[in-house]
Amino acid sequence: MGKFFARLYLWVLLILLYAPLVFIAVFSFTESKVLGSWEGFSTHLYRNLLTGQMQGNASLLAAVENTVLIALVAAAFSTLLGTVAAIGIHNLKGRKKKAVSFLNNIPMINPDIITGVSLFLLFVFLHISQGYVTVILAHITFCTPYVVLSVLPKLQQMNPNIYEAALDLGATPSQALWKVLVPELRPGMVSGFILAFTMSLDDFAVTFFTRGTIGLDTLSTYIYTDARKGGLTPELRPLMTLIFLVILILLVIINLRQDRLQKQNENR
Amino acid sequence: MDKIIEIKNLSKSFGDKKVLEDINLYIRRGEFLTLLGPSGCGKTTLLRMIAGFLQPDEGSILMEGKELAGIPPHERPLNTVFQRYALFPHLDVYDNIAFGLKLKKVPEDEIEKRVRRVLKLVAMSDYEDRDVDTLSGGQQQRIAIARAIVNQPKVLLLDEPLAALDLKMRKDMQTELKEMHKKLGITFIYVTHDQEEALTLSDTIVVLNEGRIQQIGTPVDIYNEPVNSFVADFIGESNILNGTMIRDRRVAFMGHEFDCVDEGFGEDVPVDVVVRPEDIYFTTEESKTQFTAKVKSCTFKGVHYEMFVDTDTGNELMIQDYDAYPVDSTVRLYIDPDDIQVMKKERTCNTLYGTVKDEETVTLLGADFPLKSGFEAGTEVKVEVPFEAVDLLDNLDDGVLDGEVHFILYKGDHYHLTIKTDAGDFLWVDTNDIWDKGDLVGIRLIADKGIKISRKDG
Repeated sequence: MGKFFARLYLWVLLILLYAPLVFIAVFSFTESKVLGSWEGFSTHLYRNLLTGQMQGNASLLAAVENTVLIALVAAAFSTLLGTVAAIGIHNLKGRKKKAVSFLNNIPMINPDIITGVSLFLLFVFLHISQGYVTVILAHITFCTPYVVLSVLPKLQQMNPNIYEAALDLGATPSQALWKVLVPELRPGMVSGFILAFTMSLDDFAVTFFTRGTIGLDTLSTYIYTDARKGGLTPELRPLMTLIFLVILILLVIINLRQDRLQKQNENR
Repeated sequence: MDKIIEIKNLSKSFGDKKVLEDINLYIRRGEFLTLLGPSGCGKTTLLRMIAGFLQPDEGSILMEGKELAGIPPHERPLNTVFQRYALFPHLDVYDNIAFGLKLKKVPEDEIEKRVRRVLKLVAMSDYEDRDVDTLSGGQQQRIAIARAIVNQPKVLLLDEPLAALDLKMRKDMQTELKEMHKKLGITFIYVTHDQEEALTLSDTIVVLNEGRIQQIGTPVDIYNEPVNSFVADFIGESNILNGTMIRDRRVAFMGHEFDCVDEGFGEDVPVDVVVRPEDIYFTTEESKTQFTAKVKSCTFKGVHYEMFVDTDTGNELMIQDYDAYPVDSTVRLYIDPDDIQVMKKERTCNTLYGTVKDEETVTLLGADFPLKSGFEAGTEVKVEVPFEAVDLLDNLDDGVLDGEVHFILYKGDHYHLTIKTDAGDFLWVDTNDIWDKGDLVGIRLIADKGIKISRKDG
């Protein structure tokens, strides 16, 4: 009996968690303008989305493009910065290491809204006109700590002598970095990149405060504006469904990679 | 003599801690030299400085007469075999070994030839395409050696390369390393804490302790003629006893007098005496007997029996013999003059420098000891503290100064301890109490046990 309730509890929980997503996915296959009324199965919204023929606002596709572009650029830069930072932190000792790791963790715990507002104030203070550049800079800022966190464990697992072994065999420091260190850290860097990409993808608060007034929209700010104008563009439903699928696939990839790496380490 | 590496006045500190102090050493071309010492003695630091991963604070390292300082590791004509192999996990066996050659832009067909040759040398011929993760510890070690020697270095550095292997594998690899050394003719510098390994492999052994060279010599020299009690205790089993050199070729210890072969110590000089457990002989003849003892324990060790006996004068000795003698039996023993190794004592008391604080107190090692000096406050004094005048206490609060038991030497009827104070100073103590290495102790001085205080420059 107890077991039954435990199961039931789990299922109720999962249903509550996933109901909204399923709801949107189901209603992405009908043409109705208002969410919630079923007007028969149709892939019309998907077709509209993919061909760009919107019933409503055509800037939706532009927003998607912006989102992906910003996420890619931010993730790439944070991967580079985060990896270098992780190597630096790894080589620190004792108290300094603890202090710097702690400083790295704060931006992750810090509420987005505070990060967003403080970056906004910083850019205003520095007279940097806000737009693409500021949004990307802001995204790099909050993504980098996640990369550091995914690369550090790889460094800790790594045999501390392999960098020296490369030098010993005649590699210059930069050759040792590219031929030995980077291949060793690559799994951590890839996980960090994917993590940074997804963080950037779904950010609203930071983007909202740093995008300026040039009319730059990412998906999240687009939806926000759209919802305020009254009623969501119907094409958002298939779009959300697709994004959810992409994120799901990315997460599955990350998990599979982690499993595989763990097995590899056990075999060592 | 052809010196390939020469080390002159080398010193190195990490923060406040001196790791190596004034190291002078040369290494002959083609020899197998071992740096031997307990963990923390500085041997790995010395090796890393030769490899170029650390820079010396003072002194120089010359290779074939050329100063190595300023030459980065990747330009030094030597290669290292690391403690935990340090193979590149993302490369297979072939690419690991070819790594150095590819960097040097050696033509592909030559690389292939050389990789094949070293793989054959380390008996791993069919493993080229294997992932290094799939190899056993011993196999990884072979690949690590192959990866180093394929570059034909002038000197091969080995940092405890066998430490991670099990005993059987270690013995096999020792034999192979020795043969490889003969075949290749490369100079080997080998770091280990395993004295048996050092004795087996080396042409020359350098014994290090506390950042200083204790002794340099062939394995036979070091075993038979240790220069101090540390070396005697560290290399092999030994009985180390307090003795007095009566005159040339005559020494007293354990309350008996013995003939020996050592000369030049002077008369009535306190010395340390080392007798190896296999050099104490049993006899039945009264005329040969030098002393008697009662057997306390007898353990079979495979080839020999190991016995602990109490001598008629109350000293404990370890004896190894092919025959067993029953526990509680009384046995007659003698030692050949040749087998008695007499060593100058490194010190006969603790010599400390401090200042008089007031009539009742002297400040030493940063703490105030209740000692009546008879000098005015502020006088700088030299205080000589006999080993038995230092009292060690379980309870740290009862002591004037805190310390840690750093090194223990059993001297037959008492323990000779080295105590390291919190500030990093050393004190030597004779005691009958049993302490373990690493125990924290409170330190007190017993004033009426012959502590001598004199003016510093007097």
